Amino acid sequence: MEQTLIQVEDAPSNQVRLEDVQLDITFEQLKRLVSPRALTGETMLLNMGPQHPSTHGVLRLLLELDGETIVNCIPDIGYLHTGIEKTAESKTYLKAIPLTDRTDYLAPMSNNLAFCGAVEKLVGIEVPLRAQYLRVILMELTRMNSHLVWLGTHALDIGAMSVFLYCMREREMILDIYEAVSGARMMSSYIRPGGLWRDVPAHFPQLVQRVLDVFPARLLEYEKLLKENPMWKERTVGVGKISAEDAIAWGMTGPCLRGSGVNYDVRKAQPYSSYDHFEFSVPVGSAGDVYDRYLCRMEEFHQSLKIIRQAMAKLPPGPVMTDDRKVAPPPKHEIAYSMESLIHHFKLWTEGFKAPEGEVYFAVESGKGEYGVLLSGDGSSKPRRVHFRAPSFHNLQPISQISKGALLADIVAIIGSIDIVLGDVDR
Amino acid sequence: MGLEQKLGNMGVVTTSLEKAIGWARANAIWPLLFGLACCAIEMMSAQASRYDLSRFGMELMRASPRQSDLMIVAGRVSRKMAPVLRNLYDQMPDPKWVIAMGDCASCGGVFNNYAIVQGVDEIVPVDVYVAGCPPRPETLIDGILKLQAKIKQEPLTKWQ
Repeated sequence: MEQTLIQVEDAPSNQVRLEDVQLDITFEQLKRLVSPRALTGETMLLNMGPQHPSTHGVLRLLLELDGETIVNCIPDIGYLHTGIEKTAESKTYLKAIPLTDRTDYLAPMSNNLAFCGAVEKLVGIEVPLRAQYLRVILMELTRMNSHLVWLGTHALDIGAMSVFLYCMREREMILDIYEAVSGARMMSSYIRPGGLWRDVPAHFPQLVQRVLDVFPARLLEYEKLLKENPMWKERTVGVGKISAEDAIAWGMTGPCLRGSGVNYDVRKAQPYSSYDHFEFSVPVGSAGDVYDRYLCRMEEFHQSLKIIRQAMAKLPPGPVMTDDRKVAPPPKHEIAYSMESLIHHFKLWTEGFKAPEGEVYFAVESGKGEYGVLLSGDGSSKPRRVHFRAPSFHNLQPISQISKGALLADIVAIIGSIDIVLGDVDR
Repeated sequence: MGLEQKLGNMGVVTTSLEKAIGWARANAIWPLLFGLACCAIEMMSAQASRYDLSRFGMELMRASPRQSDLMIVAGRVSRKMAPVLRNLYDQMPDPKWVIAMGDCASCGGVFNNYAIVQGVDEIVPVDVYVAGCPPRPETLIDGILKLQAKIKQEPLTKWQ
């Protein structure tokens, strides 16, 4: 039977001419970014994103292709620029916490802790031990939460659908814990300067125990699906290599840096929230390719479980909020009969507490790398300047270098392996 | 099948063309695979294991706007993204619908600043607003069911 092709006049095409490229730079600047062959039309320009299923959000890449080989890769970010840093400067320290949830929305608790840690450092507040241990437990759960979405979407991009469904199933268990402690599934805002918003509910240990019981078997399941899978290895081993020197030079942190063989982890290098009370090891790769980054993150699951187990066993009783009334709200029962407490509560929520003049930097190891907050106080209840050192942004930087010479299909594996969240990149 | 046993022999069903088309359109919506920010993660949860959106005939996400008829604006729309979003909407064939998922897409949410479009209804017509920051998967499913009810009542003349 004869087949007739339907001709569509404005058939969708992703190929763009150099003159038609829409970027926020001049044509002369663009010409310096691509090879001379792009001017003659010898190489092909391909627009990938900002709406593309495997760019993990709204990343846009302008690719220059020679056949299927990538000659140049020009990332264009800013499609999710939210002005979070600037908005945080117009809010009191307490009211800025919900904004931090929305930078790296896969690890809200890490962002909360980084910001609250910076405020605590600036104001000089001691956090009770119980709150510190609970923070550690929640931080490790957050790391697992972040890694589960990474594993699911990374595998989905490369073509393994079922891993995604398994990962999202396990993620719901962690979100249940989020919901039990903070009332929200994702945007928790649970960690506050001086401790935690409230103590964990009575069934918190059971919920965590369920994660500890279920996860080891499930991790084995994921590893069975991928670790020795020849198709998975074909797509990941030797792809997207970056050397240790380059990774450091580009400012990469987290599993991306450790996959290249650099043993750097903020939890070990500058312990915060009594991470030095727990025994755990930091997995380090050697090859610096997509597969080694995968192995590092998979081992981090096991280490997170190990930390949670220790912290749950050692969890001390006591308050979860500092007794420094400068930042901590008065207890609810006191507000009921004490006029001073009522006024104090009102003042704390409307005006906020004042932080001294000064500049501090506080970093935590989030699932993606070093998440740091630079906070500059000016003596009032609002910060003069807030800056988030977002790990996704620094991990994304070397993508032009990593993807040079790779195949078009490999760029999908590379984006997945550096685990970016565009809310974190653009802020 | 179950229906015959309950109602006897159903040889002929009479209905209006409008209702039949509305019923067919409502139960086979292909949403655009298009996530912007935090809400996109909850949209993924809604499609994944626990919430399983496919129970309502809504799971077939299409990466190309030319194959989809529902745009779920999941997340905040920045000023840089707005023209891209409008372009995607224009590329979708009629009939098409839009769900504004979350507070940011509905009204700007917590981000009342220079960077964020204060509600996606400034650039595309919105059918259903889903509240929440981010909305729970159940809320999104509820929004989709509301949209289905709306589509079933739409007059045939609307998409001429």
